[in-house]
Amino acid sequence: MAKDVCIITEYRNGDFRRVTHEVASEGRRIADALGTGLVAIALGSGISAKAADLGKYGVDKVYVVDDPALEYYLAGVFVPVIAEVIKQLDPAAVLLPASVDGRDLGARLGARINVTLLQDVIEVVVGDDGRIKARWPMFAGKCFAWCEWADGVPPLLSIRPNIMQTQLLDENRKAEIEQASAPIPKPRASVLKYELDTSGKVELTEAEIIISGGRGMKDASNYAMLEELAAQLGAAVGASRAAVDSGWRPHSDQVGQTGKVVNPNLYIAVGISGAIQHLAGMGYSKYIVAVNKDSDAPIFSKADYGIIEDLFNFLPALTEEIKNLKNS
Amino acid sequence: MNIVVIIKQTPDTETVIRLAPDNKRIVTSDIKWIINPYDEFAIEAALRLKEKHGGTVTVISFGAQRVVEALRTALAMGADDAVLIDDPQMRDADFLRVTRALVAAAKEKNPDVIFIGSRTVDYDQGQRGAILAEMLGWPHFALAISIESDGKDITIERPIEGGKVTLKAPLPVLVTFGGSHAVWNPRYASLPGIMKAKKKPLAVKKLTDLGLDPADFSPDQARIRITSLELPPQRKAGKIVDGGLDTSGKAKELVKLLREEARVI
Repeated sequence: MAKDVCIITEYRNGDFRRVTHEVASEGRRIADALGTGLVAIALGSGISAKAADLGKYGVDKVYVVDDPALEYYLAGVFVPVIAEVIKQLDPAAVLLPASVDGRDLGARLGARINVTLLQDVIEVVVGDDGRIKARWPMFAGKCFAWCEWADGVPPLLSIRPNIMQTQLLDENRKAEIEQASAPIPKPRASVLKYELDTSGKVELTEAEIIISGGRGMKDASNYAMLEELAAQLGAAVGASRAAVDSGWRPHSDQVGQTGKVVNPNLYIAVGISGAIQHLAGMGYSKYIVAVNKDSDAPIFSKADYGIIEDLFNFLPALTEEIKNLKNS
Repeated sequence: MNIVVIIKQTPDTETVIRLAPDNKRIVTSDIKWIINPYDEFAIEAALRLKEKHGGTVTVISFGAQRVVEALRTALAMGADDAVLIDDPQMRDADFLRVTRALVAAAKEKNPDVIFIGSRTVDYDQGQRGAILAEMLGWPHFALAISIESDGKDITIERPIEGGKVTLKAPLPVLVTFGGSHAVWNPRYASLPGIMKAKKKPLAVKKLTDLGLDPADFSPDQARIRITSLELPPQRKAGKIVDGGLDTSGKAKELVKLLREEARVI
């Protein structure tokens, strides 16, 4: 029987993170191309109750390790357990999310099972001969590379969030559950504090709409204008390196080659001139809007829609217009 | 405290990328080389830790002779000694193999902590730190934004999606660095620092010097290979929303385009 495709899930605060559904949907597509099944390895505390729901996104069977020691990701615990389950499953390929934790997990797992991980994959193709090739952005998207694995090496790849389409197969489809057996080691590291921002702020790398402000914002207090517009659109607020270096925004908001690489449906660049290193971080957005009073700003060469206006005049008008839209 | 920092020399982030005719490599002839920005944060964090606890900071890198310049810069910033692994056999080795060589070089320094950038701005793979930690059997604390150590344990804070985690472990530990200049704003090399750096020890090693078998690093041993590179499709410049409209007219027109043409709001 052909080997299954395997995904590794990410579970937080009582549910699977959305990127897990994206990975499951991509895994299903690859499994179909190979004519094989899709299994998942799910580690967490209290995860058994939710695991069957992965069936909705095409998972046939979930190998569950449910233990209070697995509440938070710690490599010293997760990696040995997952490596043990993978050894038992001997899958055709392994996919996991390229999230903060997934990136660490994938790399360590690869080192442990002697397979080189390909990180941050944005496209996977399965050849007629069943060979898997994958593409990832280098230089923050200034260049793409196609990769393949040596004969007999099962591809191990982490999938960039927000790129793959989520495919809900059937609301009522349930995955079969099996409790996996693997010894759970005691970690050397411990989690002292785990603070989640409960303000409902949208995470940049997972946002569908991002509004970023640059040097043109002139001052930290002016970001309130962006926050207001973002609240109307359910968007996340980002910043250019110039704005972060000026201390106007935290470094976690920085978009660019030395910040976060984002790929929302809509990116609104406000008062950002468009340095190469910024363009590298957001050039992969589906639609780009640029608002800048300097008509020569390089950002306009990347923008689908350009507005040559003083942002301090334009932003209130745009926010007003969005409010009208929502009220109509 | 023995602090090891692993750095890579990468093209400057303002570099325009061009492909070589074989579409498997980039053109490197006119590139300005820098220390990978995240590795510079790691150097800065190491120097701050040394200032607090004493000890030595060793920088280790790999690649061709041009990498000496990056190591000298790190020495000028304040690191104590440097090691370059320069072996032609490593040119086409994959991540796992290159990292194995780095592990061998790091172990010779008997480190209490290893610091490294969370990713390099060339391959953007962000996995070297995690692989190093796995090969050493150490905890890996990713993306540290603060570090405290009493010489026995180390505590760091790091951001995760929508939150922050505080982690603690006994040494040895590997820590990676990301984020922006706001946290680990790396110091510039001072003129006396540059002068001193010329006299600091910089060892150049081959794989055999590290007790490794060069045959393991040959291209046919790679578990993964790049088959081709491609440039992204040029984004065509879009339209300027104008048409003689006033500010609120442009806002109306933009909203209409985003709704009806792009369908993103």
